[in-house]
Amino acid sequence: MKRAFPIFAILTALLLSYALYAALVMAPTEKTMGDVQRIFYYHVPSAWTAFLLFLINFVASVVYLIRRHPLADIVAAVTAEVGVVFCTVVLVTGPLWARPVWGIWWTWDVRLTSTLVLWLIYVSYLMLRRFSSSSQTPVLAAALAVFGALDVPLVYFSIWIFRTQHPQPVIGGGGSIDPRMLHILLLNWLAFLCFAGLICWSRYRLERLRREVEETQALEALLEPRRVL
Amino acid sequence: MTDQSSAAAAPIIIITDLVKQFGRFAALRGVSAEFAPRRMYAILGDNGAGKTTLLRVLAGLSRPTRGSVSMLGTTDLRAICRHVGYMAHPSLLYDELSGTENLRYFARLYEIEGRQRCASVISAVGVDPLLPRPIAQYSQGMRQKISLARAILHDPQVLLLDEPFSNVDVHSARDIGARLAQMRDAGKTIFVVTHQSSLLESLADEFVWMQAGQIVTRTPHLLPVEAR
Amino acid sequence: MSLAGITGATLAKDLRLEWRSKDAINAMLFFALLVVVVFSFSFDPNAEESRQIAGGLIWVAFLFASVVALNQTWARELRNQALDAYRVSPAPANALFLAKTVGNFIFVGVLEVLMTPLFIVFYKLRALGPAWQLIPVAILGTWALVVNGTFFAAMSIRTRSREIMLPLLLFPISIPAILAMVNATTAILTGELSSRFWIVLLATYDVVFTIACLLLFEMVLHAE
Repeated sequence: MKRAFPIFAILTALLLSYALYAALVMAPTEKTMGDVQRIFYYHVPSAWTAFLLFLINFVASVVYLIRRHPLADIVAAVTAEVGVVFCTVVLVTGPLWARPVWGIWWTWDVRLTSTLVLWLIYVSYLMLRRFSSSSQTPVLAAALAVFGALDVPLVYFSIWIFRTQHPQPVIGGGGSIDPRMLHILLLNWLAFLCFAGLICWSRYRLERLRREVEETQALEALLEPRRVL
Repeated sequence: MTDQSSAAAAPIIIITDLVKQFGRFAALRGVSAEFAPRRMYAILGDNGAGKTTLLRVLAGLSRPTRGSVSMLGTTDLRAICRHVGYMAHPSLLYDELSGTENLRYFARLYEIEGRQRCASVISAVGVDPLLPRPIAQYSQGMRQKISLARAILHDPQVLLLDEPFSNVDVHSARDIGARLAQMRDAGKTIFVVTHQSSLLESLADEFVWMQAGQIVTRTPHLLPVEAR
Repeated sequence: MSLAGITGATLAKDLRLEWRSKDAINAMLFFALLVVVVFSFSFDPNAEESRQIAGGLIWVAFLFASVVALNQTWARELRNQALDAYRVSPAPANALFLAKTVGNFIFVGVLEVLMTPLFIVFYKLRALGPAWQLIPVAILGTWALVVNGTFFAAMSIRTRSREIMLPLLLFPISIPAILAMVNATTAILTGELSSRFWIVLLATYDVVFTIACLLLFEMVLHAE
């Protein structure tokens, strides 16, 4: 188990570099957008990874509310953190691509806006974890995660209707994707998933360690004769 | 309803290895004790000895980090909250309401017939129930008495009182002490956390000394401070 | 029976407290008034323009003002730790939640009734669509704000810097509701589009989150 982590880390690094090579060199250049389209191999896998992590966060939160198992709480905390990071990547790479292609940095399109709202919800989740003072932080955080997850479909639906009522730039525009592009996209997603898994794993180990240290310190506090205040 | 005959013999409260931590600070560090019914216990100790935390755990307000509390034969403290009365250091009352209005509200929470019971409880603690002023304008001693009235409103078996004599003049304090002794004689089990142990010298059945999150000794009489 | 009785008693107690102290309603009214005045300086309102943006202005003003009331609800309970008296009693947690939510609904409702004429005068508003539809929008929208607001305010009393925490938790989750309220109001004022969809969305939001709050409130109340 101890060896598994460095091995996995090396494999992830190799996979990531190969996927980068594939995205930048092997993938065919898009006809109308040109090279700028290659950011798509980072943008889309980041988005999928972030959504997956938020889904895991929701499941772990529900498990925590039912079983009160501390490991479920760690999983929820870790996936929210890493998910916010990937979601940030999505929100940064999106405008980078949109500026040359659409001529604007940002549009209140349904996918963009719901991703932004999702990001806001999970940042507020991390804030709650940070500011909560009681030993019941996990309960509060898990409750908020459930609220956030319930909110997601409502957010998406409301913005969808909001946008369809207003003029907006045409996005994507259907059409089929080159199978080579699809393969490289999926390869990149795999690499990103491994990368996310790696960060989560190491963050998970760190969090467990931190809690163990905290427990040990608390235990020491129990044993040592306490100074009278 | 508790079974009075069996409760007389068996302990009413069993505490097993109770630990309560606030982060790295351990407020209770392994408290184990048994308490018999129909007695008055004085819980004594320095600031930060864990007296208030112990009371809050017994009242079901604070979840222990480890260990368990069994009261009236169950560990589910929520289930027996009707039989427990709790009085904290703050008054737990609404400043804008009068004493009677406060008690009427809390009576509704326990779903007991309010009007008469409230009046009799307020009279029992020695305050005029017809006083119309909001309790923010009461004297500290009177507020303390209303606070006690709130704790005993639903006629609980077990009373947990945190500093009932603080900020109260000696006369009122003796008054409250005598009232508690009467209730003990009527079959209640009473825990009093206090710094003014002398007030309970002749009233309490047992003195429980706490220090640094543990019960260090239990004595039937109030010892001189050096003897700790 | 006991749930309704205790909810009623708690609500009556809260209304009486508010009537005597007037903490929440005064601060809230003045705050909303400030928002209206400050907004009116930030652009030159004429009838056509203001019809387009008034929906947004009104609801943002009410949202900010309701945060004041929401923080007050639990501050009142913490003053002498009176909340502990509730927690040691056998009264169900949801009765407390419902009473607080209905109480906040009344406070924010009073605010809306008092502020709306002001808005109409300041921004020269006249609805071109069916004005009666503003009533269901106001009722559903206000409930959407206060149900989650009451819940998150209860959550934020367990955190450091609790007054700041409430908007940080409440605003992101409330985005769909705010979108719905604003768009429904604008649709009614301009009379160009139908507000039906938004009203349905608000109702869905209300139902989903009222259930979620009722299921989770006990856990939050006893989180110590």
